[in-house]
Amino acid sequence: MELTGSQIVIEELKANGVEIAFGIPGGAIMPFYDEILKSGFPHILARHEQGATHMADGYARVTGKPAAVVTTSGPGATNIVTGLCNARMDSVPIIAITGQVATPMIGTDAFQEADTYGCTIPVTKHNWLVKDPRELQTAVREAVRVATSGRPGPVVIDFPKDIQTMTAEYIPHRTQETVPAGDIHNDAPELDMQAIDQLLEAIERAKRPIIIGGAGILKAGAAAELTEFARRTGIPVINTLLGLGGFPGTDPLSLGMPGMHGTAYANMALCECDLLINLGGRFDDRVTGKVSAFATKATIAHVDIDAAELGKRVHTHIPILGDVRDVLLILNTQAKERDISAWQDQIGEWKREHPLQYDRDGSIKPQHVIEQIQEVSGGNGIYVTGVGQHQMWSAQFLRFNEPNSWVTSGGLGTMGFGLPAAIGAKVGRPDKDVWLIDGDGSFSMTLVDLATAATYNIPVKVAILNNAYLGMVRQWQELFFEKRYSNVHYPENPDFARIAEGYHVRGFDVKDVDQVRSTLEQAAEIDGPVVMNFHVSKEENVWPMVPSGAGNSEMQLGPPVSEERT
Amino acid sequence: MRQVFSILVNNHAGVLSHVSGLFARRGYNIESIAAGPTEDKEATRIVIVAFGEKTTLEQIARQLRKLYDVREVQQLAYNESVTRELVLATVWADVTKRTEVLQIANAFGANIVNISDETVTLEASGNDHKTRILIKALERYGIANMARTGMIALPFEGMTEDWEPLA
Amino acid sequence: MTTKSKRPTPLKKKKISGAEIIYRALEQEGVEYIFGHPGAVLLGLLDLFLQRSKMKHILTRHEQCAAHMAEGYARASGGVGVCLVTSGPGATNLITGITDAYMDSIPIVCLTGQVGTSMIGNDAFQEADIVGMTHTVTKHNYLVKRTEDLAKTLKEAFHIARTGRPGPVLVDLPKDVMLGEASFDYSDEVDIRGYKPRTKGHTRQIQRVAEAIKESKQPVLYVGGGVIHSEAHKELLKLAETANIPVTWTLLGAGAFPSRHELSLGMLGMHGTAYANKAVDECDLLLAVGSRFDDRVTGKLSEFAQKAKIVHIDIDPTAIGKNVSVDIPVVGDARQVLLEVNKLVKKQKRSLWQKRIDRLKDDFPLSFDAPDGSPIKPQEAIVALSEEVGDKAIVTTEVGQHQMWAAQFYQVSFPRQFISSGGLGTMGFGFPAAIGAALARPDKLAIDIAGDGSFQMVLQELATAVQYQIPVKVFILNNYGLGMVRQWQDLFMDRRFSEVGMEVAPDYVKLADAYGAKGIHVSDRADLRPAIREMVETPGPVILDVVVDQDELVFPMVPAGGASKNMILQDQRKKKPLKGKLSALPDN
Repeated sequence: MELTGSQIVIEELKANGVEIAFGIPGGAIMPFYDEILKSGFPHILARHEQGATHMADGYARVTGKPAAVVTTSGPGATNIVTGLCNARMDSVPIIAITGQVATPMIGTDAFQEADTYGCTIPVTKHNWLVKDPRELQTAVREAVRVATSGRPGPVVIDFPKDIQTMTAEYIPHRTQETVPAGDIHNDAPELDMQAIDQLLEAIERAKRPIIIGGAGILKAGAAAELTEFARRTGIPVINTLLGLGGFPGTDPLSLGMPGMHGTAYANMALCECDLLINLGGRFDDRVTGKVSAFATKATIAHVDIDAAELGKRVHTHIPILGDVRDVLLILNTQAKERDISAWQDQIGEWKREHPLQYDRDGSIKPQHVIEQIQEVSGGNGIYVTGVGQHQMWSAQFLRFNEPNSWVTSGGLGTMGFGLPAAIGAKVGRPDKDVWLIDGDGSFSMTLVDLATAATYNIPVKVAILNNAYLGMVRQWQELFFEKRYSNVHYPENPDFARIAEGYHVRGFDVKDVDQVRSTLEQAAEIDGPVVMNFHVSKEENVWPMVPSGAGNSEMQLGPPVSEERT
Repeated sequence: MRQVFSILVNNHAGVLSHVSGLFARRGYNIESIAAGPTEDKEATRIVIVAFGEKTTLEQIARQLRKLYDVREVQQLAYNESVTRELVLATVWADVTKRTEVLQIANAFGANIVNISDETVTLEASGNDHKTRILIKALERYGIANMARTGMIALPFEGMTEDWEPLA
Repeated sequence: MTTKSKRPTPLKKKKISGAEIIYRALEQEGVEYIFGHPGAVLLGLLDLFLQRSKMKHILTRHEQCAAHMAEGYARASGGVGVCLVTSGPGATNLITGITDAYMDSIPIVCLTGQVGTSMIGNDAFQEADIVGMTHTVTKHNYLVKRTEDLAKTLKEAFHIARTGRPGPVLVDLPKDVMLGEASFDYSDEVDIRGYKPRTKGHTRQIQRVAEAIKESKQPVLYVGGGVIHSEAHKELLKLAETANIPVTWTLLGAGAFPSRHELSLGMLGMHGTAYANKAVDECDLLLAVGSRFDDRVTGKLSEFAQKAKIVHIDIDPTAIGKNVSVDIPVVGDARQVLLEVNKLVKKQKRSLWQKRIDRLKDDFPLSFDAPDGSPIKPQEAIVALSEEVGDKAIVTTEVGQHQMWAAQFYQVSFPRQFISSGGLGTMGFGFPAAIGAALARPDKLAIDIAGDGSFQMVLQELATAVQYQIPVKVFILNNYGLGMVRQWQDLFMDRRFSEVGMEVAPDYVKLADAYGAKGIHVSDRADLRPAIREMVETPGPVILDVVVDQDELVFPMVPAGGASKNMILQDQRKKKPLKGKLSALPDN
């Protein structure tokens, strides 16, 4: 049947399981917005395009499904670059559809023209500039497929205005593949059984094995398989920042997060292990520290769906290309139970000696608020963060029971990610309570989307750990620049509770440690968005810390904790 | 070390941006790049000569394979492939030097495409080794202007392991 | 003390850190303000800003706004705006601002932190290929790989940004390059192969321009941002008055010529005055100075200034002949070229043409209806603002209907008084730009004429304005939605309003208060002028939220891709309700 370009895109998005769009209209995308209205395609109007991308990002992380982001040309498109880059670094599928000036105008510096295609090459898995309506159906189908297959990632379809109204033949339910395919379509590469045998042998020999569970566990839906594997073999599990939730945080085998602000025992285990099995993690610099000092005693095995990750930063003895769930299924049928109790005891001792801890001095400690959120929510919510100290404390002190219950910006470290991502997460999982733990600096960047939360009454619970600083940068300045605090202080931070009220959202201002619990409980009961402004102790630092570029063994534990410990 | 990457890509606008952008973004060093049509009109072959550590070269191949429009990446070793490059060079050569330059051209099987009062322009093709020696020989006279296509390459078909390549 | 003659030791330059080199280079360039947001890779450099007080670093809430502030500073002062952000998201957040500066030829230098050179390409924490992303939206960009290259690179960056057709330049600064050491050699000379902008116009071409002016009976000057960049307003005034040539301007050319002058035609183009568009239609000589025949100006190219001989004076040779064919091209700096032209032009009277122009102005004035009892009309709010503050203010705008009304109804009288995002049309530009403008021109009152949709994109910067007590005023024409998109849907899509309503609007008075600023809300005509006065008299940042008629549309309007004969002069819905499509949806 003959459809307009806009209709083709809507139909093909629907046919490929895309159920919702986030965006903002503008001149060059108007025909498509007209079709959104006519077709009733679900759409959330954001207040800034960057927010729209983070919404789609949060939505995808909790549902595993991609959402569309729709923007106009020019500034609409340039405003999503950060969100795309963020999704690219963290392997999150997003289908961005950007309006573009009409094809005859392209290249003339027309009004609101930007080279979206060129600009987004580095931040997408692939991108398309569609200049012929007959190419649209294939482009959209391929876009969804590329975004969601293999190692997921964002894609862009640049959609000129004239193409939006031109018509072309649309074939419903077309599935036949027409595009010559390279490696990008290889979702399930043939497994190297020899390498898997090598890994099984290594496991048999190992006395001090460790698993790193990365984001790949969650992308592959392999949390149950990982749990089975760890429990069967007794191998302790470390989860990277993005891998948290891939293994139950309450399990005795869980060591929490490794790396710069990881737990002491995770880093010690990495230093001492003789076999390191990395399942879908990418040996990020924040995890490894100095590569030459990383897991020096270990045989390293690495399972990843992305061939380019194998051996990229860390020399790997047993590289296995494949879907981590496929590999775990095989391992679970063949790995034997083993006695590594000496190693487990050693780790237990480290855990007792160097627990996560903080001083309680009567002020509101950020860690305390996070622990209370954990208790009030029963650990069954979805937890979202911005970027900075609060993010690290959340990663340390929250205990995740389920996969896809943790939404945070890892690779790009995008401040301002939190609020829009939380909105997207709640849209994706309306059945879950969504808690945003944010810093004042991070929250300030994108708080404009409170208007979005208010408009659609999306009940996200926002806890701002307000220390009136860009805390992480301040921490570095304290430690490495003799407390010379340059441009990190917000001495006149706004009254966030009143800002919330300005947006018709309930706001709480909390200065007393005794009110923390009751405020959180109240917030949990409110049917609508809530903003809680916790005035936390200002110069709290995140410990432990591996200084940037140092090896994990050079970890600093922080000053001794006085009085009551947690 | 240097390596020749022969990359077969889908032939449409933007492919070259994706490939060259990858090299720039990842900090890989390109020595030359050449692109042209193939026997399949929907495909283009891009030949890139890159240099770096062995692990880097392997990483380049893997990253290239991840690009949507890349159908196939061949990493060609010198002794397993035929490589050619076309060089156009205008050399300072007045009447007194002209004969010498023509002799060099002759020795390298280069064609003379233009002669002026002061210069000779010649055209030569060959593998990397040959073109380098030729250019060195011409540098003595002073090269006024030069254009090179960058290397193109194809693997030797039907090779056995003990086979000695000629080119 | 005794003086002893000592053998002079050969001067050996002391080595200093890369961060120190950057700091000193910025000092040498006379930088007053740096707009930025910190991050791990920038710490060494930021430390210097704290230890010394010469340059002021303004800490913004979002990097996008740092870029717009730098733009606002550059647009208001004529100097180069500088912003400094961290790697990864800090850098990508700049892209909109950089693109905006590129489209409008604004000189800014963007310094972005980058991960260490050995980490580049590894997907390191907060790594982004900002150089790759900004190839097409900067005038030039650099990734500095060695500390030794820093000084030279920065020198070039400022040179490229401010010379020729100005534009944004990005310098990517890896962490190790800032930590390394080198000597500081900041030479005065810049010599870049392949970059030599031509500023002096060709003598013969200038003669031809003068001859064309002499022969012309009905000339029009069509001036753009280039006149402002090159500070050619005096020469323009002289040319216009000597040869009696009416002047129309583009959005970015506003301020190049006093709008109350009798030769003034106001803005032309899509939402320009009818008389400007008609004058261009009728003219026999169109003198384009520092303007680029943008699609929002020309409409349908084949019908633009059909009867006219076209002169195009521009510093960018690629801008000439890009969209229209030009009879007399002159490559050069607008001011230098006009100086030379003025030497050749003699006093000329054109009473017939002047009469015709006066007639057009009488017949097709800018107008709006504001009957008693109606909601406040956005146009009348602008008129009131213009009358109350006039030349005391520098106004910036956001993007949308309010921007067009501001361009139509605010009486601009000096260059750099009107600051707006033209080419890219960036919503959220005006407020941060006003902050930059306020810092550049403390003698003026910086007012952002805003729409509610645009202002909501960046209102977090209220915190910045309050923190540094920068007295910006935000004058919101609040129609509870995205008015311009709504207007197009109204006219071209049978009033199917898709995703343009923002009825759940923030309470700006409460918001201002939460940020420690002053907020005023007005919905009644009688309160408008007192509120404007209160806004002006209140020190520090103020938001004035003016609720205006949601149904008001911007007229005149030349539908995109149409010719000026297709111009819709006024709201025809009032005469008879529109039936069906007014015309097909325009291309752009």
